[in-house]
Amino acid sequence: MDAPTSVYKAYYGIRQKTDPAYKCVGCAMCNMVCPNDAITPICGDEADKLRYHIDRGGQPRRRGGRRNVAGGILDRLKFIRISMLTDPALDAGRHEFELRTLLGRVLPPEENLKFLRTNGWIPPVREIYPLIIGSMSFGALSPTMWEGLQMGVAYLNEELGMPVRVCTGEGGCPPRLLRSRFLKYVILQIASGYFGWDEIIHAIPEMKEDPCAIEIKYGQGAKPGDGGLLMWYKVNQLIAAIRGVPTGINLPSPPTHQTQYSIEESVAKMIQSMYMAWGFRVPVYPKISGTSTALAVLNNLTRNPYAAGLAIDGEDGGTGAAYNVSMNHMGHPIATNIRDSYLNLVALGMQNQVPLFAGGGVGKTGNLAANAAALIMLGASGVQIGKYIMQAAAGCLGSESDRCNICNIGLCPKGITSQDPRLYRRLDVEDVAQRVVDVFLSFDTELKKIVAPLGRSTSLPIGMSDALGIDDYDAAQRLQIKYVV
Amino acid sequence: MCRLFSITSKEPLSPMVALEALDVMREGHDCSGVGIFLRDLSGPFEEMKDAPILSGIFSEKGLRRLDSFMMDIGFMTKYKITIKVPKQPPPGVPKRDIYLIRAYEYPEEWDDLSQEALYDRLLEIRLQLRLMGEEKNDMIVFSFWPDVIMIKEIGDPMLVAEHLKLDRKELHARVIMAQGRQNTNYAITLYACHPFFIQGYSTMTNGENTAFIPIKAYLESRGFPGYMGYQSDSEVLTHILHYTIKKLGLGIEAYKHIITPLQDGALQEHPDAIFLKNLKQTCRQLIIDGPNCVIGCMPDHSVFMVQDRKKLRPGVVGGKPGIYAFASEICGLDAAIPNRDKNRDFQPMHLDTAIVGPERQEVKIWNQSDPLPLLH
Ligand code: SF4
Repeated sequence: MDAPTSVYKAYYGIRQKTDPAYKCVGCAMCNMVCPNDAITPICGDEADKLRYHIDRGGQPRRRGGRRNVAGGILDRLKFIRISMLTDPALDAGRHEFELRTLLGRVLPPEENLKFLRTNGWIPPVREIYPLIIGSMSFGALSPTMWEGLQMGVAYLNEELGMPVRVCTGEGGCPPRLLRSRFLKYVILQIASGYFGWDEIIHAIPEMKEDPCAIEIKYGQGAKPGDGGLLMWYKVNQLIAAIRGVPTGINLPSPPTHQTQYSIEESVAKMIQSMYMAWGFRVPVYPKISGTSTALAVLNNLTRNPYAAGLAIDGEDGGTGAAYNVSMNHMGHPIATNIRDSYLNLVALGMQNQVPLFAGGGVGKTGNLAANAAALIMLGASGVQIGKYIMQAAAGCLGSESDRCNICNIGLCPKGITSQDPRLYRRLDVEDVAQRVVDVFLSFDTELKKIVAPLGRSTSLPIGMSDALGIDDYDAAQRLQIKYVV
Repeated sequence: MCRLFSITSKEPLSPMVALEALDVMREGHDCSGVGIFLRDLSGPFEEMKDAPILSGIFSEKGLRRLDSFMMDIGFMTKYKITIKVPKQPPPGVPKRDIYLIRAYEYPEEWDDLSQEALYDRLLEIRLQLRLMGEEKNDMIVFSFWPDVIMIKEIGDPMLVAEHLKLDRKELHARVIMAQGRQNTNYAITLYACHPFFIQGYSTMTNGENTAFIPIKAYLESRGFPGYMGYQSDSEVLTHILHYTIKKLGLGIEAYKHIITPLQDGALQEHPDAIFLKNLKQTCRQLIIDGPNCVIGCMPDHSVFMVQDRKKLRPGVVGGKPGIYAFASEICGLDAAIPNRDKNRDFQPMHLDTAIVGPERQEVKIWNQSDPLPLLH
């Protein structure tokens, strides 16, 4: 038989890739490159089916971002005590304010004055702005993002007189920053991988300034019970050099500090050794993830005369990389953790001695100042933000409906959490710095708009729980605030 | 808002002087109550300066309970003022059985006690009586201290004065503090009525202390039995004064640095910068964040006025050697000391503490940026 003269074949114009590794993350870059603006990512109105398939190779899903749950109790707290006639309301725009907080172990008055008279050791205490940029490591963040944050913070301090502090996260600190005067705006973090500490220790003799403080990370709200997780994609030469590791390997930090088995002994020793490294001039405090055992940790710290505070990172905290299951299901809400801890300190009469710092989802829905003020009135001395500043200062797309959240694999479409110069060049350092300044200035105004009507201006309303109300009876009981409907 | 008046005079004065001054300032208060503090007493009490005087309001039953309680401890009545009130109180004034002012003889066993221990016991007894009274609702105790009388009642101050016949010789005193309003910020109770008193220190306040709740929590956690029972946001101011002087061993000049410290810039320039920075940090929980104008009296009979940083409350001091008064308004001062040199009236501002010492010779103005005299 003759060969057929015509052959019919199906031709696929688009070769679809259905492997989960190629899923659309909603970065919207397609939209930016389409000349006709004809394409845009839209999330289906049904829950994705991808979630059942995203464990290829037997690897559970890992991602960046926050717990994929919208909202939270912080947004429901209202400020109900308004000064009007019993005492004059203050003018948030024109009155003088001093909204500072203390980071460091504050001695009780009797002891402090005695030590002052007798030349005893008074622990170092820093007066800082109550909103802190929490720990995001050099490595998790791109060089442009990190530099932008540092520049913004330096500007806030040196030009605007706002003592804002930024924490390095566990990834060391660039050598030039360690040797610059800007180090005083930086809180150095040490965590279980001790990444970067070789460099830091070696730089100590050459430091012009002491760092603001040392944060010892024992836990993180986004991945309680898990250590840091910098994945190999992001470990390039620069990151490897600063961290003191080979390139191109995963850098999982252990869940716990390997040398530590008891809080009484080894944590105390670690705190003390860090004090020793800087001649007892730098406050050292631990950070833990929100947990039902927070009080046990706190109680121990109250008995350790060196502990300079306690940072608690609630379940809504963000991260650059964690197991999806840790992020979504592990952890403790920050509100009750802070409230219980504060009331515990009150019962001990130590509410001014061990400052508490709250983090984890602060400003998650955009209400940064309101969330921060609520936590302060519940008892926090200050709050830490991470994800919020990525969203506000660099346009992070991540959301609680699981958009993007690929910070862990170094493909950040915005260049925030990528180590690939082709991506991180998308981020302009100056723009980030500018936005950091914007965020703090507007936060400051909003915070004043909250505290001024409460009649407060000369001190932060730490523990001013009479100003708080909520429309949920059980929550009000639990937090010991007013139930209002 | 309430109105305050205080006078310190070489010659003993009737409490009516203060109440009349309050009356002149009545536009600024609502006449809902009155509180009077008398010290450096004359008349019968002149002879018994050391005898502790119990002031309070009792029901018949309460009085019986008081008597047996005091007797058990070994206190003997030395002198008392009996205030007989008409059967029917004026409108707005509650009906009470007994307004008690009674001086006691210390129990013999107390003879060897140190002054400190003695004072702690007096406080303890006052607190015990207060708790007993709260339990059965039959006694209210304002003070139990040598050379101090306190009277408080709900109602129009002038009507109360007439009802209690306060214009009597036995009540003449050289230091008088008075205030003309019930507390309106929290529940109406006599324990919320100014002036407040603890172990020889007394203050009254105009304005609301917005940081009340955290301060209350802080004082209550100091482990000192007297720091309790806060019914008014102003009461903490008395206790902070006590804490400043008795617990921290500082002088009256430090009081302002604690309740309303200098801002950081000014602090750095202060000659005692290091001390003050420490004080500000360690006493952070005691910053009042007013607006408040505080008038107070110290055990040495000096009287002072201090304004907070906001200086949103009125306050003036004036007089002449031998007699000085502190008032919320100048008209109050005019009513009490009309023939003074008005050019020398002084309205303390946001940095000032005005003090008239026990000699009553001058008004000392102490500015917060001045070096502290207390560091010895
Ligand atoms: S934009 Fe970048 S930082 Fe934000 S969620 Fe995506 S990958 Fe992470």
